Amino acid sequence: MFNSYTETTLQYDADLCINCDLCSIVCPHSVFARGEKAAILANPLDCMECGACMLNCPVRAIYVDAGVGCASAMIQAALRGKKMDEATCGCGGGQGDCC
Amino acid sequence: MQAEFFSTTYQLTSADRWDTFQARVGINRSLHRVKPGLYALGSPTPDSPVFVTANYKLSFNALRSSLAGVDGWILVLDTHGINVWCAAGKGTFGTNELVKRIESSGLKDIVNTRVLILPQLGATGVMAHIVKKRTGFKVEYGPVRAEDLKEYLRNRQATAEMREVRFSIKDRLTLIPVDIINYFLPTLLAALILYFLGGWFAVAAVVTSVLAAIVLFPILLPWLPSHDFSVKGFFLGLVVMLPFMVQSWTNSTDPLWSKILRLLPLVLGYPVVTAFIALNFTGSSTFTSRTGVKKEIFAYIPVMGWFFGISVAVTIGLAIWKALGG
Repeated sequence: MFNSYTETTLQYDADLCINCDLCSIVCPHSVFARGEKAAILANPLDCMECGACMLNCPVRAIYVDAGVGCASAMIQAALRGKKMDEATCGCGGGQGDCC
Repeated sequence: MQAEFFSTTYQLTSADRWDTFQARVGINRSLHRVKPGLYALGSPTPDSPVFVTANYKLSFNALRSSLAGVDGWILVLDTHGINVWCAAGKGTFGTNELVKRIESSGLKDIVNTRVLILPQLGATGVMAHIVKKRTGFKVEYGPVRAEDLKEYLRNRQATAEMREVRFSIKDRLTLIPVDIINYFLPTLLAALILYFLGGWFAVAAVVTSVLAAIVLFPILLPWLPSHDFSVKGFFLGLVVMLPFMVQSWTNSTDPLWSKILRLLPLVLGYPVVTAFIALNFTGSSTFTSRTGVKKEIFAYIPVMGWFFGISVAVTIGLAIWKALGG
């Protein structure tokens, strides 16, 4: 009950992994851990979908629909008639500085 | 290309601290910028380490002050004055900008090393293997926080602790001033309207609800019930409205139906204000996923709309009834 954070878009194909360890290095929430032969998806529910692992995986063993988990940005995008998934974080650029 | 660079120091001056203060309370948020390019920190040689950061002044300052005593180079990317993590999310702290800045700064002619130390959170925008392919520089991801850099430099290894992003009480407290400024005008407007509808009682209730969301919510975040920010916020909103409910119920000579109606906005409407602001705090947090936040929006925004609408209707209805001598 009252837990919206029970799934993410993170997908990992251990068969492709070359065990370079970059995913466990870049993940800020220890979602990946170092394994013997391949990285281990240790804490999938802690994934915040930042996309760092996917970008830095040299063999594309990881997929995540990366984006910003910011309600404010998504609601504003929806109000402007844009898709919620196209929302980017608008913080820091509030004073006429479009980014 | 003409190789040239700027110089910088380890010390933060009072001007830097004034800058930090302004940024933290939201003054000229987009103007806290450093000129992008290459900087010499201390007295670096061509073999000194190269650090990469964003051109947000607070990021740059955190880096150079954390490296006190270390001779090195700092490559500042143009992120339009946005910090590393947010800029990486937008892609401005990204592969292309890094490659471009390596070339335009003439870095290859200045240093012998072919390793760049990036903040770990920059990985959200940078593809290390592509940077290597395009420039010959190996990207090494250092710790999340600049304060751990010196420790990291000892053996170029970050502990699990250094790799973990936090959302400590200090981090959460830092966010309060800028939210107070951001919500000031909308709250003032709401208070003004509510004054005419419900007098000082309504003004106090809305100010309490907003303050609960922007001050108490960040502080109490880990301990509020459930996972969802909306539910946590609604719960907190209900708690701070309890004294108002008691006051409204006991100090009234109105008929029973009107006493019950009067409670409705306090149980539904004001807590929804707290819940909505709380939901918007997801973007400030360091752990909510887009999938989860989207689920929260679809689950709770319609409910919030109903609660809010009912409360507005009841408040206006009661105000009219009073005005007609009820």
